[in-house]
Amino acid sequence: MAAPADAPALALSDITCVFPGGTAPYTAVRDVTLAVARGEFVSVVGPTGCGKSTLLNVAAGLLAPSAGAVRVHGARLDGLNRKAGYMFQADALMPWRDALDNIAAGLVFRGIDKAQARRRAEEWLTRVGLAGFGNRYPHQLSGGMRKRVALAQILILDPQILLMDEPFSALDVQTRSLMENELLDLWSADRKSVVFITHDLEEAIALSDRVIVLSAGPATHPIGSFAIDLPRPRDVAEIRLTPRFVELHREIWQVLKDEVLKGYAQTRRR
Amino acid sequence: MRKPGAARLRLALYQILLLLAVFVLWHVLTATQVLPPFFFGRPLLVLERVLDWFVSGTIYRHLWVTLLETVLAFAAGTVLGLGVGLWLGLSPLASSLLDPYIKAANAMPRVILAPIFAVWFGLGIWSKVALGVTLVFFIVFFNVYQGVKEVSPTVLANVRMLGASRGQLLRHVYLPSATSWVFSSLHTSVGMAFVGAVVGEYMGSAAGVGYLILQAEGSFDINTVFAGILVLTLFALLLDTLVSVIEKRLLTWRPQQSETEPL
Repeated sequence: MAAPADAPALALSDITCVFPGGTAPYTAVRDVTLAVARGEFVSVVGPTGCGKSTLLNVAAGLLAPSAGAVRVHGARLDGLNRKAGYMFQADALMPWRDALDNIAAGLVFRGIDKAQARRRAEEWLTRVGLAGFGNRYPHQLSGGMRKRVALAQILILDPQILLMDEPFSALDVQTRSLMENELLDLWSADRKSVVFITHDLEEAIALSDRVIVLSAGPATHPIGSFAIDLPRPRDVAEIRLTPRFVELHREIWQVLKDEVLKGYAQTRRR
Repeated sequence: MRKPGAARLRLALYQILLLLAVFVLWHVLTATQVLPPFFFGRPLLVLERVLDWFVSGTIYRHLWVTLLETVLAFAAGTVLGLGVGLWLGLSPLASSLLDPYIKAANAMPRVILAPIFAVWFGLGIWSKVALGVTLVFFIVFFNVYQGVKEVSPTVLANVRMLGASRGQLLRHVYLPSATSWVFSSLHTSVGMAFVGAVVGEYMGSAAGVGYLILQAEGSFDINTVFAGILVLTLFALLLDTLVSVIEKRLLTWRPQQSETEPL
């Protein structure tokens, strides 16, 4: 399929997701339109439970929207998004495969010879700093190590689009900023298009080219888009101390704050 | 948790002493006629009988038959349970259709099928295998069904996003998950296969340890009955130990409680 060269890597248009609820249908997401340019790192922030993950599942093709369309490089998405790698919030590694086989899995699924797949997995294991840990099973790895394996598992397939659902939210603060820096390093090597979901505004600003703010649910929709003009390469820990970062943070937080309060009020009522 | 060597040794010593004490008590009670030896046997004669079986070698044929029945019942029951469990686990239509029948078949005391199997398959090993299969099948089936249902949706979504086809999902996700559940029930299912074999033999057979017991009972030879029970118990313990060894080798990926790295 010949896609126009200027088509965005990922475009959601008028996405609405309605779930059948107990008493009344629940509209998680309403009329969401957003686009991610090629090579752009976009973070999506919003209050807890606002339907961020729903949007990402739609973009991945894991969830069919009630209305609206997803376009990947200009082509309408039908079924799973084969151009995307998805990093989940929860542990998603196969517990019965060791780290090396987990990383090699995607290649094996594509029919690549097992020995060769393992060789390439070995390279990726080294690249994410886990050389020598290939024969460990997921339960024998720390949370941070598991995230590295998950990252390698996705990047080995060289997807054009990376979808990340709060991938580092379960990590402690130090491991987290290490992982964020590593992600930026890996990303800057070939600039994939990234959609990074997070509830942490600082993380969003530190990593992204653009931050999109979602409203509180139900019927979540984007209410702001902010270009992050901080210079790259960045160190996520240091960039937080620069005046421009603080300025951007204040600016976006003005918009986000009300939504967080709304979201909080709703969870209390529920 | 691993106990220090000396404490372990002492515990083993106590355990053997307890066994000896039971035998001595048994001996004293029957020798003094407090318990009639006709009904309760004499431990020395029982041990002599066991020894005689192993020395003369008459027991091996019967043990072999019982073992063969156990292994065949276990293998057939596991394969069937795995197949049907995967099928019903993955097909909501089939599982809702068959649900009441599965429940009924599981609730039925299946030992009463032994006479029917004897009629169908004769007095050879196959009627015992069939009985064992009905016992093993349900244990494996329910575990596999559970295993399929409890596959983490995140792992499933992840594997799908990594490009697995339906067949690959089955091979790389459902099957390993289901097998881990099968292994967790390995002790029970091997035990059940053994019960099927022995009960089947006891209901009517021409060979096997159950047959020995049946014969001895027919001639009121209570010592031989006890000897048979003793041999069966030892044999079951041996099987169970074997299962533990296999289990440990195959399930290395499973988290152990408080595992540390050996230096």
